[in-house]
Amino acid sequence: MSAPGRKIGGVVLDVQNISLRFGGVKALTDISFNVREHEIRAIIGPNGAGKSSMLNCINGVYQPQEGSIALRGQTFKHMNSRQVAEMGVARTFQNLALFKGMSVVDNIMTGRNLKMKSNIFQQAIRWGAAQREEDQHRAFVEHIIDFLEIQPYRKTAVGKMPYGLQKRVDLGRALAMEPQVLLLDEPMAGMNVEEKQDMSRFILDVNDEFGTTIVLIEHDMGVVMDISDRVVVLDYGKKIGDGTPHEVRNNADVISAYLGTSH
Amino acid sequence: MGAFLETLIGGLMTGMLYSLVALGFVLIYKASGVFNFAQGAMVLFAALAMARLSAWIPRGLGIDSKLAGNLLGFFGAALLMIAVAWLIERLCLSKLVNQEGITLLMATLGVSYFLDGAGQMVFGSDIYKIDLGMPKDPIFLFEKVFQGGILVNEEDLYAALIAAALVAVLALFFQKTSTGRALRAVADDHQAAQSIGIPLNRIWVIVWSVAGIVALVAGMIWGSKLGVQFSLSLIALKALPVVILGGLTSVPGAIIGGLLIGVGEKLSEIYIGPKLGGGIEIWFAYVMALVFLLVRPQGLFGEKIIDRV
Repeated sequence: MSAPGRKIGGVVLDVQNISLRFGGVKALTDISFNVREHEIRAIIGPNGAGKSSMLNCINGVYQPQEGSIALRGQTFKHMNSRQVAEMGVARTFQNLALFKGMSVVDNIMTGRNLKMKSNIFQQAIRWGAAQREEDQHRAFVEHIIDFLEIQPYRKTAVGKMPYGLQKRVDLGRALAMEPQVLLLDEPMAGMNVEEKQDMSRFILDVNDEFGTTIVLIEHDMGVVMDISDRVVVLDYGKKIGDGTPHEVRNNADVISAYLGTSH
Repeated sequence: MGAFLETLIGGLMTGMLYSLVALGFVLIYKASGVFNFAQGAMVLFAALAMARLSAWIPRGLGIDSKLAGNLLGFFGAALLMIAVAWLIERLCLSKLVNQEGITLLMATLGVSYFLDGAGQMVFGSDIYKIDLGMPKDPIFLFEKVFQGGILVNEEDLYAALIAAALVAVLALFFQKTSTGRALRAVADDHQAAQSIGIPLNRIWVIVWSVAGIVALVAGMIWGSKLGVQFSLSLIALKALPVVILGGLTSVPGAIIGGLLIGVGEKLSEIYIGPKLGGGIEIWFAYVMALVFLLVRPQGLFGEKIIDRV
């Protein structure tokens, strides 16, 4: 179901032999996979498989004990989320982590933070350049708001919005960063069928219109198989499958992980 | 009626000053989750710095003008408070990220004693004066409406105006600038703020600097009223009930809480005081805070505390 005209390029994100332990608990063991430019790459697996841990490693929240992660050939180790953000990686959160007291516009505007050049004193007196800059970013944010079809909620405090729409704001804030790689942590968790369809459409549109490379986590196999180009399957912190949705669906290990096997 | 209004206005003005100190607590708590025990010490330190620098700098430059001296002293002290904020973040808080609240509280307690000591070491331990040249004479308002008019202390009036102006500037800064937006974002969710590239360390330095400047304004006003002396750092204790009343996470709460306590204190002193033998002003704020803790522990404007079980 990949969009026409969309060209999958070379490797953007290369994950090599990642192992992550919390004390004695092995969250991830020797995981390797790569993500190609403009691709939609899914990481799936049952609950507790280590999907979120994997995403948090890429995002710099966790530092894996072994292995390396390279973004466009640049290896990063011991980076925090802010530094990873500066390298062009944005993310959304499984349990919404929006700024609840702030309006939709303000939430998405925070995503422009890294693009802002004016300093605190120029902002304080709203001096020419700072004002122009604010206006430019505001225009970009309005574009995202249109794109995600949340115009009527522009000034609403996000804490008061329905859950499905809050998920869109979360996506909008990440898009405002104009990321090269977008990490989506269970973008459809807790949604009903219609909301899931909307979200799938937005993900495909982002990929298509902005050419953003997307890595997404889901445990709902159905949706993922429809929209992703390639799928990594994790179970108990180990990689048990990697390939196109079709290949993965017919992989014996994957089937047993999801359905259980008779031994 | 005249006497009532007089007390009310007096209370509002004192309250505005409580609000200033409480504001320092709220700013830091919101942005970093730290209950900053050192707020009182910061008030003292800032006031000492202003008192001494406004004497030293003009003498060094050979300027003989009270206004210029005060301005130079103020900006010198403001720069010093920014340096203090930076040092606190670098040497103390950045090492304690993700620690328990109680650990951070103890750390600020240490900072508090350090500032008390360092302030007296650098600036001396005498009682100093900050002379802002504000008129000390009382003025009378509404003489035509009430018999004898309403007696207002002009110095208090200016002090309240300065405090109100500061609050207005802060509100604009938080609502209208992108740095203000980043500050609010950090206050709401650390992790999400980091994921969009907001540098927590820089935000903390900014918040502590702002709290330092708020402390400076509070110290300047209190100092010009009472003289700059050690007891200034105890003003923070007066701000604690304000914070409980208004809610630790609410800026408007700090302001309204301060006004309520200021007014309550003065009114109770006048109207209930004689029946109980006076001295109410000293403990009234704490009793009010206690009642609030029982009825509404999150304060008037604080976020409702909901525990998921």
